Amino acid sequence: MPETLEKLRSIVTDPGLSPAQKARFLSLEAENMLPYPKIDDAVAEALAEGVLCDLAEGHAPYKPRYVVPDYAVLLKNGSAYLELDPPETLDEAITCLMIAWHHVPSVTAMPVFIGHIDRLLLPFCEGVGDEDLRAKLRLLWRYIDRVLPDAFLHVNIGPEDNRVARAVLDVDSELKQIAPNLTLLYDPETSGEALLRRATDAIITCSKPHVANHPLHTAAFDARGYAIVSCYNALPLAGGAATLVRLNLHEAAKRATDTADFADNVLPRYMDLQFRLIEARMGHLFEHSGFFENFIVTEGWVDRDRFTAMFGIYGMAEAVNHLQDLEGRAGRYGLDAEANALGLGITRALADRVEATPVEHAWRGQAMLHAQAGISTDIDATPGVRIPYGSEPDPVTHVMALAPHHLHYPSGVSEILTIDETVKANPRALFTLAKGALASGFRDFTANVAGGDLVRVTGYMIRLSDLEKFRQDGGSRTNTTALGAEAAELTRILERKPRVIGHEFAHGYGQ
Amino acid sequence: MNSPTATVSRLLPFSCVDGPGNRLVLFLQGCNFACVTCHNPHTRGHCNGCGDCIPACTTGALTLEDGAIVFDAARCTGCDDCLAACPISANPMVREMTVGDVLYILRDRRAFLDGITLSGGEATVQAKFVAALFRAIKEDPSLSGLSCMIDSNGYLAGTGWARLLPWTDGVMLDIKAMDPDTHRRLTGKDNARVLESARLLYRAGRLAELRFLVVPGITDAEREVAALAEFVRALDTRLRLRLNAFRTHGVTGPAASWPTSDRATIERVADRLSQAGLCNIATAVVF
Repeated sequence: MPETLEKLRSIVTDPGLSPAQKARFLSLEAENMLPYPKIDDAVAEALAEGVLCDLAEGHAPYKPRYVVPDYAVLLKNGSAYLELDPPETLDEAITCLMIAWHHVPSVTAMPVFIGHIDRLLLPFCEGVGDEDLRAKLRLLWRYIDRVLPDAFLHVNIGPEDNRVARAVLDVDSELKQIAPNLTLLYDPETSGEALLRRATDAIITCSKPHVANHPLHTAAFDARGYAIVSCYNALPLAGGAATLVRLNLHEAAKRATDTADFADNVLPRYMDLQFRLIEARMGHLFEHSGFFENFIVTEGWVDRDRFTAMFGIYGMAEAVNHLQDLEGRAGRYGLDAEANALGLGITRALADRVEATPVEHAWRGQAMLHAQAGISTDIDATPGVRIPYGSEPDPVTHVMALAPHHLHYPSGVSEILTIDETVKANPRALFTLAKGALASGFRDFTANVAGGDLVRVTGYMIRLSDLEKFRQDGGSRTNTTALGAEAAELTRILERKPRVIGHEFAHGYGQ
Repeated sequence: MNSPTATVSRLLPFSCVDGPGNRLVLFLQGCNFACVTCHNPHTRGHCNGCGDCIPACTTGALTLEDGAIVFDAARCTGCDDCLAACPISANPMVREMTVGDVLYILRDRRAFLDGITLSGGEATVQAKFVAALFRAIKEDPSLSGLSCMIDSNGYLAGTGWARLLPWTDGVMLDIKAMDPDTHRRLTGKDNARVLESARLLYRAGRLAELRFLVVPGITDAEREVAALAEFVRALDTRLRLRLNAFRTHGVTGPAASWPTSDRATIERVADRLSQAGLCNIATAVVF
């Protein structure tokens, strides 16, 4: 049997996969039997050598990587295609959303964004008591985790402090589920410190939510706004990201003779190749896929003009350390002022070139720079601009070393701060750290508190108990456990003090 | 006037176990106790320039110049082999810091901090520096809101506390044992001044927390626990009392092979104290 058929056969017969998981892997294999969008030899070579990476988006993009619907449109207008009237009660609104999510694609085949849930539901909550509201949210949360069991699926709350946001934090901490992932949009002016404190207390319970720096994000988008989706991605609301291609800065640095060669020749060359790859992939999606005739576009949940291209980078730490070695300097990234300045210089060069380069079809006609949070198979390349696992300084020095980068990554950048379990006896410490990080220009504050079962693996969550079960039995109900297991073994995830990792997607079966 | 300086063993920019919220912690070098249970024995002594640590340093971070150790932090790998080599429980990696040095760090990190805690060693041995630093913090508008706290063994006399208290928000005070003989056996010193410090600080409204080290077979005995309960009740049953579990991490000498406190031991002591009416007992999160 030819190798491809062999692979299809092994998917079909794998006892560790559910039928739905098999169908997904089969579809990935099928798509990849088609030829890749037309790219030139230099781009193909950079992909083959692993300097560029398309994150296994597939050979024939027929849906945007991240779809970020404005669900308020649905709740206001109903849907002709789905034969739904505008909802009038909280139950109707929730049901409407549950139906809608089923029709929202993404690279994972599940939605990566299911709404600014408090903003969406608040208008329907008049006359609904707090206990009743929590009971409904509990059921909704159970539905999400069991039917859409993917930790990339993201709910947003805030920035206004309100009873739905509070109930969401309560229910989410109580259930400690992998899905949904959760971000609080925090604005010191409108959220208030009490809501932030509630969020940091929730982090101590279950390492959720992320806290997004709302004023910084708002400044990067327009009046229609943005959402935090999947893995720390900040994207235009009513749009999303058509594609995410990433550049391995470490691999690029290895092709330079010194720092000047890297800055003057190597980096610009690979960035140009990356733009060409982005345009090839965008071209297929926008000109050939037929996606934009879909009802979610025609009914206005998303707008064809609001899909950005994410210009991802990763492996900054190793790139800087490699260049430091070439220059005969001992200082390491994250720990040494000179190395940190070199890293910041690379970030600025990336940002300048991304802003100056037009990209056809993309929102505002250009890409958005993104510090990519890694995938489970990354080796010798730390996610985004993060400090390598095991060599992080204390959390405050950590934040101060990386905060200057955050200004330059409008479509997302993340660090995961791993906090000792002793913080449970002193939750104010985490609150102060979060407040300090956001005030210092962190776009997103994310922390893992040691000792819990629910642990953040880059942007998404896994349960350590699931991981153990997966190792023993080879099967899991949630899609991301396998990623966690792979990441744990390849990228020293659990070595992070006390644990964490980097990576993003299931590349395909058996990878 | 010469600004006082401190001999600093270590600076921690993030701590969630040295007082309320996130704190910058300065561990000052030098201690007037010689606790057998000490988990940082290298913070006790002061370097005499003997140079015994130099051969232990494989990266050449330590040299002797004019009879004094010179430490090159850039070469240090943090292996701590020099600490093990020191014959007098000192630390060749200490640095001298001025009040200005500490203020600079605090201003830089203000957004991340709830306060500063001076620990040790025994911070109050360098009380002149502590008072000068805390006063400077309280008088600096850019540092307003930072709380100033001290971790102490309580051996400081009343005149010493009088100099510190105008600028100090709270003291976390260790009681190593209630029985004077046991206290002498554990620390080398009598506990009368410790207990007097606790009373003085409580009256001044500065006793943020009492801490009691539970050493199995020694301080978990009924007589000890009953005396502790009685002492705290005489002050205030709502006073925060933290039970620390004895561990052998870092401990040198005979105590390194003593049994450690497990959760059950701590909970038994906590229950006994609760029964005696104490209502603000904190125990460790991690065992």
